[in-house]
Amino acid sequence: MKVNEVINAKDLPVMEFDGIIIGGGGAGLRASLQLAKSGLNTAVISKVFPTRSHTVSAQGGITCAIQSDDPDDDWRWHMFDTVKGSDYIGDQDAIEYMCSEGPKAVFELEHMGLPFSRTDEGKIYQRPFGGQSKDYGKGGQATRTCAAADRTGHSLLHTLYQANLKAGTNFLNEWFAIDMVLNEDGAVVGVVAFEIESGEIFYIRSKATVLATGGAGRIYASTTNALINSGDGIGMALRAGLPVQDIEMWQFHPTGIHGAGTLVTEGCRGEGGYLLNKDGERFMERYAPNSKDLAGRDVVARSMALEIIEGRGCGPNKDHIFLRLDHLGPEVVHKRLPGITELSKTFAGVDPAVQPIPVVPTCHYMMGGVPTNVNGQVITVKDGEDIVVEGLYAAGEVACVSVHGGNRLGGNSLLDLVVFGRSAGLHIEESMKQGIDLKKASHDDIDKALVRLNKLNASTEGEQVSDLKDKMQQNMQNNFGVFRRGDLMEEGIKKLHDSREEVENMFLPDKSAVFNTARIEALEMQNLFEVAEATAVAANERKESRGAHARDDYPDRDDENWLKHSVYFSETKKVIKRKVNNKPKTVEAFQPTVRTY
Amino acid sequence: MSAVIPVSHLQTLKMSIYRFDPSVDEKPYMQEIIVEVPADKDIMVLDALHLAKVKEPSLSYRRSCREGVCGSDGMNINGKNGLACITPLSEAVKRNKLTLRPMPGLPVVRDLIVDMKLFYDQLEKVQPYLITKSENPEKGRLQSPKEREQLDGLYECILCGCCSTACPSFWWNPDKFLGPAALLQSWRFIADSRDEATDERLDDLEDAFSLYRCHGIMNCVSVCPKGLNPTEAISNIRNKLISRKRQ
Repeated sequence: MKVNEVINAKDLPVMEFDGIIIGGGGAGLRASLQLAKSGLNTAVISKVFPTRSHTVSAQGGITCAIQSDDPDDDWRWHMFDTVKGSDYIGDQDAIEYMCSEGPKAVFELEHMGLPFSRTDEGKIYQRPFGGQSKDYGKGGQATRTCAAADRTGHSLLHTLYQANLKAGTNFLNEWFAIDMVLNEDGAVVGVVAFEIESGEIFYIRSKATVLATGGAGRIYASTTNALINSGDGIGMALRAGLPVQDIEMWQFHPTGIHGAGTLVTEGCRGEGGYLLNKDGERFMERYAPNSKDLAGRDVVARSMALEIIEGRGCGPNKDHIFLRLDHLGPEVVHKRLPGITELSKTFAGVDPAVQPIPVVPTCHYMMGGVPTNVNGQVITVKDGEDIVVEGLYAAGEVACVSVHGGNRLGGNSLLDLVVFGRSAGLHIEESMKQGIDLKKASHDDIDKALVRLNKLNASTEGEQVSDLKDKMQQNMQNNFGVFRRGDLMEEGIKKLHDSREEVENMFLPDKSAVFNTARIEALEMQNLFEVAEATAVAANERKESRGAHARDDYPDRDDENWLKHSVYFSETKKVIKRKVNNKPKTVEAFQPTVRTY
Repeated sequence: MSAVIPVSHLQTLKMSIYRFDPSVDEKPYMQEIIVEVPADKDIMVLDALHLAKVKEPSLSYRRSCREGVCGSDGMNINGKNGLACITPLSEAVKRNKLTLRPMPGLPVVRDLIVDMKLFYDQLEKVQPYLITKSENPEKGRLQSPKEREQLDGLYECILCGCCSTACPSFWWNPDKFLGPAALLQSWRFIADSRDEATDERLDDLEDAFSLYRCHGIMNCVSVCPKGLNPTEAISNIRNKLISRKRQ
C-alpha cells in the first residue's frame, strides 16, 4: 500500500513490535539502546538517518558533576543551579533524578567510546558554563560541563548510533510517522508511518511508543535549529487530545551568528570569551555583576536585546553584538573551539582567533513539551489529577519532565536526553517483564491517524506550504520573541487562528509516492503550526515574567499565581495550571528566591 | 535563507538540476530553474535550492542541519562533491551557472537523493564502535591528551558520503572495497587507545579488496567538506598491517 493512495485502515498492512521509538536523536537512541540490550523486539523510526538528527549540532557539552575538575563537586550543587536556572518551575524530583543519575549516564557514554577531550591526568575534560556555581551559589563559578572539543553533540550522537549498531537495534531509517493510534481506552497502540523512499505505508503496532522527536525551533524565522525540527511529536500529541506543558517557554540562545542563525556555543564564554556592545563595553558586567557573561541564558539574551534596542548594537545597522575570543589566543580557539572557528569562517566570514563574531539572541530550545514523570511516562490531566497515558513515553526536547522549567542551563539538554532516554528504556523493560498485552485498535481508531494524509493527497487547490510557513514564522518572531506584550500576542493569536483552515487544507502539488519531500514538508508544517498555536496561547495566558518568558506588561515574577506549570490542550485552546513538584526524595526542596547572577 | 535580512538587490541565477522520479519519468533529465538570489550577499547552494523548490515543489533533496555537521546534503556541485549548505555560491557558480547532480556511484532514488545503503553497509563491516574486553571501570577510562589527539581528524566524520562517491575504486567495487569513509572509521577505532580489538580489525582488512583497492587517487581528500584525510588513515592502516607482519 502506497502513501499516495486513498488509504483505509482495513487495507493497511501491519507491522508489530514490543516497543517503537519515534526519533533517532540522542534521547531516542539512548532509549533504543536500553531496549535492544534487553532483547525486546524494538525499532527506531527516524525520518532521517539517525546521525543527521539535531543532537549532532550540540556543541559545548554535557553538564554533570563527575568531579574531573573539582573532586569536591556535588550533584546537589548542580541541582541547585538547575532549579534556580528554571526560575523555580522545574520539577525538583526530576532535577534531583537527572543530577544524581547523571554521572552514571556520562560514564556509560565514555565506556561506549565517546571521544571526550581530556585533562592532563587523562580524565574527562570539563569547562565552565553559564549558571553554574559551587556550594549552592556561594562558592563562585563551577567548571562542570563535560566536552568533546566543541563537537560534543556530534560525538554523543555518533557514539550512541555506534552502540546501537553493536547492540543490533532495528532501524527504520527515513520513515515518517504521521500520527499515533489511540484505542477506545485512550491507550497508545502504535503509529501510522511510511517509508519515505518507497512510499510503503503501515500501521505499526506496539505495546510501548516513545516520542523522541526533538524540538520545534522552526516555528520562528530565526533559529539555531535544524530544518527538520518541526515538533512532530508535539503535533501528534496535541492531535491525539494530549496536552503540552510550559510550551510558552522558548529559549533564545545569546549567541546565534547574525544573519545565519547558526549556533555559537556558550562554551566560547566558558573558555573566557565575552560580549561587547558598539562602544567596546563588556556590558554584562552591568546586568550580572557576579556571573557576567556566564549568567543564565535568559538573562544574557535579554541584556543583549536591550543593548540593541537602546542603540548600542554593533555594525552599520546597530543590530548585533560582538563575541570576542581573540584574546584567548589561537591555541585555545583552535584546540577547544575548532567547530566554532569553522562555522564563523563559513557563516560570518571571520576568524574568531582574530576578529569578533557578530551574534544575536536566536531561538534555540523548547523548554516545554509533552509532560512526563521521571520514568518518561506521558501524563495528561483530568479534573486536576495527573493520569498516566498507557503505552506512551516521551524523552528529550519533546518531553517536559520538567528539568528545565522556565529556562534551561547550557549543557543540561544532552544530560536530559541520555538520563531520561535511559529511564524510559528501563521502565519499558521493567513493564514488559511484568507483561503488557498488545492492545487492540479498531479500524476507526486507525482511520483517525490517516485523516490528514488522505486530505493532503486529495487536495487540488489551496495555499503553498512555503507561504504558510513564512507567514507563521514571521508572526512568531515578531509577536512571541525575547520580549512579549499582551496586545501584540493577541494579534499574533488572531493571525494563527485565521490561518488554521489554510494549514489544514493546504495544497500538495506533488503526489508522487517516491521520496516526496513536499509531502513531508506539508506534514511537518501542520506539526509546526500546532506548536506555534500552543506557544502563542500559553504565552498570552501566563501573566507574569519568569525565565525565558519576559512580558513588558507583566514585568515581575508572580509566585502567588504562577509558580505553576501551564498545561495546554488544543481541542479547547485552554490553559490550565499544574502543580510544580517540590518534593525531591533525598534533599530538601529549594525555595524560590529572587533570581540574580 | 534567513528571512530577517532585508535584501536590496537581486540577480538571476541559472540552475541546472538533475531530475528523476522513477514513478513518473522514463529517464533522468536536467531541468533548468532560474532563481533570484541576492546580488550583494553570498548565500549557500542549499539556500539557492530552497528558492528552486519554492518554484518547483517536487524537487527533492536531503537536508537537515544546514550548517555542515549532519552530512545530509552531499551532492555533486558543478562537478565536485560537497555539502550544499556550506558551499557558497561565490565558490560554486561558474559563468552564472550552477549544475547540481546526485553524488556519483550510488543508485539514484530521486532527483538529488541517492540510495546510501551500500555506503552504510560498508561502514558497518568495519565494526564502527569501541570494542573492549576488559571490565569497564566504575568511572570513565583514562586517556591522555596525547592519546586523545590521535582521534582528531577522524572522529569528526559526518558520514556524508562525499568521499566514497568520489572514489573511482569505490565506483568499481562498491561491494568489496570498503571505501574511504568506512576505512577512516576503521582507523578511528584502531587509533583509539581504549579499543582492544586492533588485531581482529586488521585481520578483517587483509584481503585484496577491502583496503588494498585504494590506489591513492586522493579524490576523497580533495572533496571532504570537513577537511579530513581518509588517504592518510588508509596508509596508517597499511603501515600497521605491514609492521604486524614483520613482528
